[in-house]
Amino acid sequence: MNIVQKLEKREEKKLLEGKTIPNFNAGDTVKVNVKVREGKRERIQAFEGVCIAKSGKGISGSFTVRKISYNEGVERVFPLLSPRIESIELIRRGSVRRAKLYYLRERRGKAARIAERTTGHGIEKKETKKK
Amino acid sequence: MRTGVIARKEGMTRVFSEDGHHVPVTVLKLDNCQVVSVRTEEKDGYTAVQLGAGKAKINRVAKAQRTTFAKAKIEPKKKVAEFRVSPENLLEVGAELSAAHFVPGQKVDICGTSKGKGFQGAMKRHNFGGMRASHGVSVSHRAHGSTGQCQDPGKVFKGKKMAGQMGNERVTTQNLEIVAVDEKENLILVKGSVPGCNSGWVYVTDAVKRSAPDNIPLPAGLKSAEKTEKKVEDKAEEVKAEDTKE
Repeated sequence: MNIVQKLEKREEKKLLEGKTIPNFNAGDTVKVNVKVREGKRERIQAFEGVCIAKSGKGISGSFTVRKISYNEGVERVFPLLSPRIESIELIRRGSVRRAKLYYLRERRGKAARIAERTTGHGIEKKETKKK
Repeated sequence: MRTGVIARKEGMTRVFSEDGHHVPVTVLKLDNCQVVSVRTEEKDGYTAVQLGAGKAKINRVAKAQRTTFAKAKIEPKKKVAEFRVSPENLLEVGAELSAAHFVPGQKVDICGTSKGKGFQGAMKRHNFGGMRASHGVSVSHRAHGSTGQCQDPGKVFKGKKMAGQMGNERVTTQNLEIVAVDEKENLILVKGSVPGCNSGWVYVTDAVKRSAPDNIPLPAGLKSAEKTEKKVEDKAEEVKAEDTKE
């Protein structure tokens, strides 16, 4: 491991301290709690929407969340390890076939729905275990 | 004027600032950066320190240099460079510089050899516009065009920007900010990019065009000094511990 990688590892560890990032992917609905500074006060603002892309890993990793706000599509790109993110909550897993869901930008309403994923990775198979 | 240091470019990465912004940084490592010899007013007519960095195989070092290293009683260095200093900031031969030489927030100038781009045309080398893609232009779309006037002066002026070797030259980037300093690993994190390729040598000096902060170590941030201080402290503590035991 070279010096830069070591440094990145250390930085990553420092940023992840006391934080757990859920294992989410494109298609999942997530709620990102962002720290917002208003003057001197700091409060937490939630941004909930569909994760349409995840890119990079480690310290340079980021993800894009898209939501429809007052009939207008809004997208925000967050650095995965940003100290401004208080926490990330996984609301719902989505079943999609692509890693990048940029096609959702051209879709509205019913067409932009994503079916819920109930099986597969990251989900415990309770029923099959019973059998 | 303080001495600069010789550092090795390790590569680029990013760190988060306190307010959550990404800061692109270049990682520089001080690899055994020691004072090899000293130039003094009486002997040489000017004051400077000659630093060496890295580790060289003895059979790859010129004989003349071997004697310098032998005199200084230090291992042969891969890269040797001289830095002018003011007389009060002269260092002892053998002193090792540490990353603590710089303080976060300080501005520095970084000098290195840029990546070689080979023989390049005027468009790439000097950002010329080239010629039109159509309207009668043939063959010379990327040519530099006219190079001068007419029979008077009847020559191309010296220094005319033309095609030629690009890169692989000494480049100084001024006023780069020190983001962080890692004394343990002897690393300096500098905001932005630094000339040259990874594992290339660069010279880091205090910024010429900015006043240095007050808390910079003078005459220099030395490694040995820290160690000895710590050792002294440790010894003092040991003595105390023994006293209490007794």
